Amino acid sequence: MASILAVDDSASMRQMVTFTLKGAGYDVIEAVDGQDALSKARGKQADIVLTDVNMPNMDGIQLIRELRKMPQYKFTPMLLLTTESAAEKKAEGKAAGATGWLVKPFNPDQLLATLKKVLS
Amino acid sequence: MSVDISQFHQVFFEESFEGLEVMETGLLQLGVGEPDLEAINTIFRAAHSIKGGGGTFGFTAISEFTHVMETLLDEMRAGKRLVTREAVDVLLEGVDRLRGLLGSARDGTAADVEEIATTGRRLEHLLNGQQADAVASAAAAAAEAVETHGWRVRFVPAPHLFQTGNDPARLLRELTSLGPCRVDCDIARLPDGADFDPETCYLSWTIELDHDVPEAAVREVFEWVDNDAEILITPLASEVAPAATAAPAALAAVPDAPERRSGEDRRHDESRRQGESKQAATASTSSIRVDIDKVDALINMVGELVITQSMLSQLAADFDPSLIEKLQSGIGQLERNTRELQESVMSIRMMPISFSFNRFPRLVRDLSAKLGKQINLKMAGENTELDKTVLEKIGDPLVHLVRNALDHGIEAPEVRMANGKSAAGTLTLNAFHEGSNIVIEIIDDGAGLDRDRILAKARERGIVGEHETLSDEQIFDLIFAPGFSTAAVVSDVSGRGVGMDVVKRNIKDLGGVVEVESTAGKGSVFRIRLPLTLAILDGQLVRVGEEVYIISLVSIIESLQVKPEAVSSVAGQSELYRLRDEYLPIVRLYDLFDVKPDSENLRDGLLVIVEAEGRKVGLFVDDLLGQQQVVIKSLQTNFRRVDGISGATILGDGKVAMILDTAGLIQLCRTQYQPSKPWQPERQVA
Repeated sequence: MASILAVDDSASMRQMVTFTLKGAGYDVIEAVDGQDALSKARGKQADIVLTDVNMPNMDGIQLIRELRKMPQYKFTPMLLLTTESAAEKKAEGKAAGATGWLVKPFNPDQLLATLKKVLS
Repeated sequence: MSVDISQFHQVFFEESFEGLEVMETGLLQLGVGEPDLEAINTIFRAAHSIKGGGGTFGFTAISEFTHVMETLLDEMRAGKRLVTREAVDVLLEGVDRLRGLLGSARDGTAADVEEIATTGRRLEHLLNGQQADAVASAAAAAAEAVETHGWRVRFVPAPHLFQTGNDPARLLRELTSLGPCRVDCDIARLPDGADFDPETCYLSWTIELDHDVPEAAVREVFEWVDNDAEILITPLASEVAPAATAAPAALAAVPDAPERRSGEDRRHDESRRQGESKQAATASTSSIRVDIDKVDALINMVGELVITQSMLSQLAADFDPSLIEKLQSGIGQLERNTRELQESVMSIRMMPISFSFNRFPRLVRDLSAKLGKQINLKMAGENTELDKTVLEKIGDPLVHLVRNALDHGIEAPEVRMANGKSAAGTLTLNAFHEGSNIVIEIIDDGAGLDRDRILAKARERGIVGEHETLSDEQIFDLIFAPGFSTAAVVSDVSGRGVGMDVVKRNIKDLGGVVEVESTAGKGSVFRIRLPLTLAILDGQLVRVGEEVYIISLVSIIESLQVKPEAVSSVAGQSELYRLRDEYLPIVRLYDLFDVKPDSENLRDGLLVIVEAEGRKVGLFVDDLLGQQQVVIKSLQTNFRRVDGISGATILGDGKVAMILDTAGLIQLCRTQYQPSKPWQPERQVA
């Protein structure tokens, strides 16, 4: 089953995402911020990256920028979890190499539907 | 799959309350007019997380309320809005409302709708400036649907499309899910084999969707690739051709997204994962959230271990001499291990006092504005750790003492100036460890306690007799008497005389003491001494006949052999012992607990002088045994409340020993205890 790198500085969001994904049978690698995600992503391959935008240490957009520089993440789908208000963030994310985004708030079913779209 | 997200609520509440603390601290430190970008960013992130979580977990009110605050903060960090005192004030108010909203969401209680609406309006007003708060919704009207018979989509991806992680096959598949499609693949851009770069997208497509769907639905499919492809959507003419079945074939022609990794690569990664995860673990373990029940269970287990260890020690005391050295060294090690384990387990429950101190910058800011005083707050030792339970319970007493210091302690600026002091008063909060205690000091450089006024008030109330003389210490202690207030004016900050007794009782309940030091005109120090934990006690074991009792080491002043000439009996009732210049009541423990002692003669035993709440008594025991740390077991939970006993513990030999409640004992002997056999001075007997 596909493995997913889930990055969010909010513990509750992380738990919700992880619980949902694991329940659907995905492998989940959790990370608390961009810096953490980057170190966890090194040397291994996640099939999808799901990341929050606003995080301490390294934000989601910089994370995507950094990941895209790594050969094994050149083509990996990377989704930003973002709020509607941040329209310019979407553009910034796209420019950094994000595949797409999922607008917060989302519920577990929406999350799974989006993933299915990207993965299948 | 359906997931019950309510199970994440607890974590959401916890992190949101923490986020509010972060926001509050950040806002208080935010310099007006000279915004520190990183500080604003931190505040923004906290608000952003609360909003996101609130929406996700179904707390719409929280999410909507935070949205306005977030927008304000976003404008501030983008430099579009000035950081004004007014803005900070309104945002702080917002933090308070959010705290209320979160609290009521957590506890299932009703929130104060009016209050929230008022602050909400203030935030909106700030956000929209002088403009009317009506927001034009013309944009929505423009998005009306057009009736069509279908759509023709020209989709020309940019060559770099794959590098955004998007796959044209996925987009086409999604489009076909809207209705039957005819797909034409344009291969004109495909180069010759030699020039072919597998990472580049050469193909483009024209898709005819023969179904009446809104244009927005079609646009949505391509939402993520808006800037990475040329997308032209035109309505199909009404005389559209019948639905084609060529779609699957066309789809098959789409090259799979490149760089599918081989199984070997993955295995290789697997072997490297171990080292990686170790490295990652150190990065992310700066803090943990542990269920307090689990920790309590762990502490209990360690308690048992301590008991086992002392059992072993006792066994070793009379063991075959040839093996004793070995056994002893082994036990020594066990003892060390046990202590280390105990310390590390206890530390899980330990939290820095900053959790409690953090609320004071805000409190002092608000109160000093209200009281018209200038106050500098200094804090030291914020990282001093203490037990979570103690930490939670000390919060209210601390707030009370700080309010008092601000209200009664520190004078108004003009009074201070007149007395040759700086206009701004200083309030210092200090915390440090001393032995197995934590000491918290609340120091102000205000007027100090008015010794004479306190005494006069106490005499007036009959708490102190007309001709009684008291030491300064005893006089200052009077402020903790129930209903005692010398405040000339009762303000809504403090001065109603409720509270100081409660402060003292709360501290006492935690096994602590509070002392006052004060110099007229210079200021006061309130010093709280608390045990680091409520689970373990440094105890002195004493023996009365067959029974062993434990006295908390902190309450023992000294232990001595009785000098018969120092004992006197008052009216044949209670016995007093003259120790230097003081007369202390003697409490014969065997009498109080009705056990058979070795001897009833005071000369044969020892007096343990204990102190609580400024009063001392001598406890008469047969013998002093060792000192050791004991694990406190509640007597109330396992049996019932007993006056004079604060708990029980299990000793190394498996026997249960009672832990004496010194303050309770002193109270008990003042009210009830009458010695059955008053001391007869020897010279009279002889």
